[in-house]
Amino acid sequence: MKKYIIQSIRLTLVLIVLLCIIYPISIALAGKLSKGNGGGEKIAKNGKTVGYSLLGQSFTKPEYFWGRPSAVGYNAAGSAGSNKGPSNPDYLKEVQSRIDTLLKYNPALKKSDIPADMVTASGSGLDPNISEQGAAIQIARVAKTRNISEEKVKELVAVNTLKPLMGLFGPSSVNVLKLNLALDNL
Amino acid sequence: MNTELIGIIATFLLTLVIAIPLGKYLAKVFAGEKVWTDFLKPLENGIYKLSGINIKEQMNWKQQLKALLTINILWLVYGFFVLIFQDKLPFNPDGNPGMTPDLAFNTIISFVANCNLQHYSGESGVSYLTQQFVLMFLQFVSAATGIAAAVVLFKAFRDKTTTQLGNFWEFFVRAITRLLLPLSIVMALILTFNGTPASYDGKDQFVSVQGDTVNVSRGPAAQLIAIKHLGTNGGGYFGANSAHPFENPSYLTNMVEMIAQVIIPIAMIIAFGYFIRRKKLAWTIFGVMTIGLFMLMIPTLSSELGGNPALAKMGISQATGAMEGKEVRFGPAATAYWSTLTTVISTGSVNGMHDSTMPLTGLWQLLAMMINGFYGGCGVGLLNYFIYLIIAVFISGLMVGRTPEFLGHKVEAREIKIAAIITLLSPFLILAGTAISSYVFTNHGDAAWAVQPKAWLNNPGFHGFSEMLYEVTSSNANNGSGFEGLGDNNVFWNVLTGVIIFLGRFLPIIGPVAIAGLLGAKKFIPESAGTLKTDTKTFALMTFAVILVLNALSYFPALALGPLAEYFTQLR
Repeated sequence: MKKYIIQSIRLTLVLIVLLCIIYPISIALAGKLSKGNGGGEKIAKNGKTVGYSLLGQSFTKPEYFWGRPSAVGYNAAGSAGSNKGPSNPDYLKEVQSRIDTLLKYNPALKKSDIPADMVTASGSGLDPNISEQGAAIQIARVAKTRNISEEKVKELVAVNTLKPLMGLFGPSSVNVLKLNLALDNL
Repeated sequence: MNTELIGIIATFLLTLVIAIPLGKYLAKVFAGEKVWTDFLKPLENGIYKLSGINIKEQMNWKQQLKALLTINILWLVYGFFVLIFQDKLPFNPDGNPGMTPDLAFNTIISFVANCNLQHYSGESGVSYLTQQFVLMFLQFVSAATGIAAAVVLFKAFRDKTTTQLGNFWEFFVRAITRLLLPLSIVMALILTFNGTPASYDGKDQFVSVQGDTVNVSRGPAAQLIAIKHLGTNGGGYFGANSAHPFENPSYLTNMVEMIAQVIIPIAMIIAFGYFIRRKKLAWTIFGVMTIGLFMLMIPTLSSELGGNPALAKMGISQATGAMEGKEVRFGPAATAYWSTLTTVISTGSVNGMHDSTMPLTGLWQLLAMMINGFYGGCGVGLLNYFIYLIIAVFISGLMVGRTPEFLGHKVEAREIKIAAIITLLSPFLILAGTAISSYVFTNHGDAAWAVQPKAWLNNPGFHGFSEMLYEVTSSNANNGSGFEGLGDNNVFWNVLTGVIIFLGRFLPIIGPVAIAGLLGAKKFIPESAGTLKTDTKTFALMTFAVILVLNALSYFPALALGPLAEYFTQLR
């Protein structure tokens, strides 16, 4: 028994050196070669960092495309979903009010065109994307507020749409931050 | 067919393409045959030398378990104190506080047990030191513990009669050097170059386009996320686990993470067959498990892709499926696929919030964790399934009126007693745990704990009951996912689930290893016309029936009160 205890202690120490020091530090060093130097890829506007390409942020003004509802208000110091169950009455009221808000700010919008992602909170609360349909229903509003043609906005949405992986796997998505920065750069 | 479905089919096929050769490789590694990774031998010999280990020393099953338990208890003590004092130790750039004793108790058991139930949030609950020196460390060694325990079982059935089951330390170290560490390096690099942070930079701050000041938690995440999946651990670096865009930046990384968490459990089954030179048995087991997986996955997909009926009534479009708690870059199909994988295997990582899935999806998630043997966790999945096999052998033996045998060894009263105790343990822990928590919730709502019992549940009615049932089930299965709406960081849940995780981990390791050790030491009976063959379709069906009947009888009432009741209410 005593033998096992001593072996356990020594083995644990050796493995800590291998697994907790050598392994993670090598990966961190290799990560310096990646975009964002292993600290997350940042996006700048006029030379100033305005966000991370992978992290959604809050857009509420009508001249911007809006992202998805977030349970943490896009505060990236934490992350969480709403954890609301599908039949929770408070939750259903919340969804209804999100639908009403969308309809109010997008007068031409038909209810049946609203995609689920625009009225439901994401899993992380930091979802950087919306669906293609989620962008499509906002084009008219953004174009009108910015006083530019819908065609122009549609073009930008198309440019900022990420197609399925290799054209085959998974859904397509639109990065809200990149799209909005492209709008500001017009 | 749409790209979301093609995506998950491709993922499953890729999984098999990697897992099957990996299984053959593992059989050779643990049998000590020549493999291409033998260049790592000097590293291993160095580890043995520094640790004072002589791998020539053979152990019987009792010595194997003693070694296993000794080192696991050491980790419990070590980790507990580091977690409590993390605020006073270095590498805490975000200035996070030390854990309360009950939270540390829960967290350390959870990580030693390969469960990774988390009652803290990675961003605010742990330091960089604890993330790497305790949590990530345990993700490696707890997976290696499970694999080594399974190899002890392999050894018991390789030779006709034996009590010499090899050296535990050798299996354990090789599981790390030949499997977990190399794969983790590859996967961590893939993640890093797709956007997951890997550096030691602390929190960042920026002013957003609309002028909000936003803090961003970062840190060495890629290293941990790799082993979290490969080792079927599941404990995330960030609170939102693999739904977090940093943990899982794209559909590509999502595929990688879905593949990574299944390859070792599948490979272990294949390795078992090649190791004991009974390939057909391995394929039979694999067949039963895969059918089980599909029987849970297909209805899950159908219930998630169908969307939430309550939202459908509001008149919006759910073209791709239910989206609450899900991320756009994965879509409902890949999230549903993941939710089945992570519950049949004991990973418990999530890429979407299970609490917000449809009632029937919750039912399949719960059932998957209750069965806990379709592939299952790293090594321990096979151990769990072994118990089902022994019960199936016993019942078949009774049906045909013969002494039950397994792989040429008589299965007698002692082995059956152990198997029965292990089988009964799960329903006991799950049902008693849920009953106690329901009682406390209804009768002691005002107890002065960090979260008062009356405030535990994030959702009313049947769904609230499911939140408690899920927490306990996940603990017993060493799964670690949760219906995260549950207010679980308080002394009641920390202690209750800590105890359940501990029992649900170590008894189901001790039981099968003991049975295997006892069987392996018995006289070998050559196969004859009267032998019950365990690698036939008939026996596969028998095992499946045993799994179904045992679990249905144990859990139907609890499931009826939770997800089923919610489902039928929704239909109304």
